[in-house]
Amino acid sequence: MKKSSGKLLEVKNLHVSFQTHGGEVHAVRGVDFDIEQGETLAIVGESGCGKSVTSLAVMGLIPKPHGKIVAGSIQFKGTEITALSAKRMRRIQGSDLSMIFQDPMTALNPTLTIGSQLTEGIIYQKKLSRQAAHQKAIEMLQLVGLSNAEQRMKQYPHQFSGGMRQRIVIAMALICKPSLIIADEPTTALDVTIQAQILELFDQIQEETNVSMIMITHDLGVVAKTADRVAVMYAGKIVEMGNKRDIFYHAKHPYTQALLNAIVRLDLPSDTLKPIEGAPPDLFAPPQGCSFCDRCPFAMEVCRHVQPPTTAVDDHHTADCWLLDKRADAIRQKVEIY
Amino acid sequence: MLRFVLNRFLAMILTLWVIATLTFLLMHAIPGSPFNNLNGKVLSDAAVKNLEAHYHIDQPLPVQYLIYLKSIATFTYGPSIKQPAQTVNDLLGRGFPVSFELGMWALVVAVLTGVVLGIFAALKHNGLIDYLAMTLAVLGISIPNFVLATLLIQEFAVNLHLLPAGTWQGLAYMIMPIIALATGPMAIIARLIRSSMLEVLTQDYIRTAQAKGLPPFIIVMKHALKNALLPVVTVLGTLAASILTGTFVIEKIFAIPGMGKYFVDSINSRDYPVIMGTTMFYSALLIFMLFLVDLAYGWLDPRIKQSKEGSK
Repeated sequence: MKKSSGKLLEVKNLHVSFQTHGGEVHAVRGVDFDIEQGETLAIVGESGCGKSVTSLAVMGLIPKPHGKIVAGSIQFKGTEITALSAKRMRRIQGSDLSMIFQDPMTALNPTLTIGSQLTEGIIYQKKLSRQAAHQKAIEMLQLVGLSNAEQRMKQYPHQFSGGMRQRIVIAMALICKPSLIIADEPTTALDVTIQAQILELFDQIQEETNVSMIMITHDLGVVAKTADRVAVMYAGKIVEMGNKRDIFYHAKHPYTQALLNAIVRLDLPSDTLKPIEGAPPDLFAPPQGCSFCDRCPFAMEVCRHVQPPTTAVDDHHTADCWLLDKRADAIRQKVEIY
Repeated sequence: MLRFVLNRFLAMILTLWVIATLTFLLMHAIPGSPFNNLNGKVLSDAAVKNLEAHYHIDQPLPVQYLIYLKSIATFTYGPSIKQPAQTVNDLLGRGFPVSFELGMWALVVAVLTGVVLGIFAALKHNGLIDYLAMTLAVLGISIPNFVLATLLIQEFAVNLHLLPAGTWQGLAYMIMPIIALATGPMAIIARLIRSSMLEVLTQDYIRTAQAKGLPPFIIVMKHALKNALLPVVTVLGTLAASILTGTFVIEKIFAIPGMGKYFVDSINSRDYPVIMGTTMFYSALLIFMLFLVDLAYGWLDPRIKQSKEGSK
């Protein structure tokens, strides 16, 4: 179902930093990825690795004045959106590029009816009449599986459950028929049965609309269910990227391997939890070499001093790791036990 | 909803009764009688006795209390003791529209300028506008309205001859009293709006609205303001009270023929019918305003309306 019509989104060498009381935090440190029409890219990583900041940068929602895109380029349908004025950017936000936020309990305005919140975007962006927008919103609510859409429009967010609110947030993101939806941990705040339903809904929507999706998550289960391609982020960088099969079965980066290894297996005794020892590096002062080397069981001398280059494993799979260097062949033989 | 209104109405009646009783007790606890010094003339004992009988003041207090409650219930306070040619209702009818006009204008000006100032201060957080607005707010809160009124008269009437110094004969006469009365409440509202706006602007639903590509103006007016107004509505009842009673002082300074004169004079001269008439009237007005505030809550935040209806 992939339709290759060129790249929809191309992010190159993106750097984002935040000015805080403690100094400058380099949250995203040179991220490259692209996405095609109809494709789902999952960005995985632990909290604070920069995945949400990356998505906010694409949306043009980096909180000002503290946050700033320091360097790099984001091209959406061939337009460089980092250079757009706030006004031109607003024409894209919500209409061609929309976002689903993590917590549906707080993402909706408690004082406005969901009808008003659903329709305001399309009324403003597409200059639709109130009636037409109302009709459209009802269609969307039906699409995301809310019954009694007509009555629902008049209700307020507190009258809905968490799962229903997330469906409303999704309907809101879809209403202008965007080409790309960024979903920032869309299932994290939901309980497990609702999670499954929402992921099912994403599948169904993608089948019907061929929308591209960036799925930000720390849940490898969500990745397995939704992604075509996967980018693994660590300390502000993408450390490994490939299609789902590459990442789940042929992971090359020790961080990805450790992450997969840390998944709780219900078929094994519970004392076999395998956490990744240590903590991510301090992004106030990013390490000189590989950011994972302090926690990496295979760290070599070179890892401490020089950042590993992005190395191609094959044409759709890359990893940033010195182990993939030809000179490390001997060590790699011993390491590839995963 | 109807049930809520009905419940509130009963509570209002009860509150009024408590106020009426307290006023009655306080009124009679003040030593002296209305006839100690009637318009500068010292009356003979017989005349005083006659007058007291006429106004039922010779009756024992419990009987007076019942007569008093009856007059409140039927809204017939009878004539003023000091100016027998006029009933209390006449005085209210003449003085209240002026006081109400002044008070309402002041309230409207205070809310509008306070909200606008607060929004700008919040949007330009820690910028020049913010500091200016908050300096103005601190000044407004700290300067009593009678001081401000005097300063305004000195500057605009005496020095610059721009505005008339007193009385109540049209728009130009209204400007200074309204400013004097509105500045304090405006400052309080501006500070409240600023802080609640700053908090609301960091909420997730504001980011959702931004992600829809809505322009900042719509985001502030539609998404943020309604949420930020809640704390203001809470203090609006008390502010209305302080403005309505504040008019008494301001009326005196600007020689405005409102209720204030009657209110203050009636207490000084123990003019019982006028005291009770004005007190009950203002109490009822304030209670009604608080009731409106409660209704506004439900409109601003649908969650509140829900729980109220649910609990009744």
